[in-house]
Amino acid sequence: MKPPAAIGLAALLALAPTAPQAEYGDVVLNRHSDKAGVRPVVFPHWFHRIRFRCNVCHQELGFKMRAGANDMLMTDIIDGKLCGMCHNERIAWGPDRCDLCHSGKPGLPSGIIGGAQTSGPGRW
Amino acid sequence: MAQHMHSWSRWAAAVVLLAMATAFAATSLWTRLEEDGVHDAHSPAIGLLQQPGDALGTLPRDSAGNQVSWVRAIDSGAINPRTNLLPQTEVRLRDDELIIAKFGSMPAVKFPHRQHTLWLACENCHEHLFKSEAGANKFSMTAILNGEQCGLCHGAVAFPLTECNRCHSVSNASLQRRAAP
Repeated sequence: MKPPAAIGLAALLALAPTAPQAEYGDVVLNRHSDKAGVRPVVFPHWFHRIRFRCNVCHQELGFKMRAGANDMLMTDIIDGKLCGMCHNERIAWGPDRCDLCHSGKPGLPSGIIGGAQTSGPGRW
Repeated sequence: MAQHMHSWSRWAAAVVLLAMATAFAATSLWTRLEEDGVHDAHSPAIGLLQQPGDALGTLPRDSAGNQVSWVRAIDSGAINPRTNLLPQTEVRLRDDELIIAKFGSMPAVKFPHRQHTLWLACENCHEHLFKSEAGANKFSMTAILNGEQCGLCHGAVAFPLTECNRCHSVSNASLQRRAAP
């Protein structure tokens, strides 16, 4: 292999764009965040299901299973509903730790990472 | 040999090594939060939130979704997620298996209640997604691929719909064909 070809190939490999991929099941919540001037929320299913079975949130806490079907307001969470059932400084960090949940890139559309194919949403 | 190595070739070798390292990093199973395209790399949460690789790397491996076999993670004792917060919540497990979608163009589907009730309450599926009465549900792959029926979870949080044979797992030839009604 001649030097320019080797260098060219290596440079191509090094610079090849790799699509960033959030973790399967991550949900971006941005119905209110951008408007309120805070970062969108990134909810990681993977983190929560290590610690809780699905029914804890989707039955006991009342979260509907369709992404986008739940309207979360900070007033409800502070009142101990929805996320606030655990995020209350007893089971998990309290609602004063804004940045830990509101950690997404500003301007992200709401939605779930996943879909009919591993890499891309169908209807989601 | 080394003294014959020109400076360009040493430089090229370094670039090739760098490229290989980059390619290896890009094919790692889990993306770091600050590089995942949804987290703000400047958020104060980065450094405090658990990284996916740190949590998922020790769990039983899978080849799709989170790259974790979540059922084996419970069965092996690697994790023991809480079943309830409220003392009055009834935790029910079912062990039966249903064979559905028989004699189609694909192998029939075996639906195991155990793996589902390990995670879910009956009310998560019954009666609004699926009727409890055997044979009362009409399944459609189009609906499933559109996020309805099984697709409410499979394709979003449960293993994705690229894994056809995990559900379509029973050969039709192995099933006793009953007299058609």
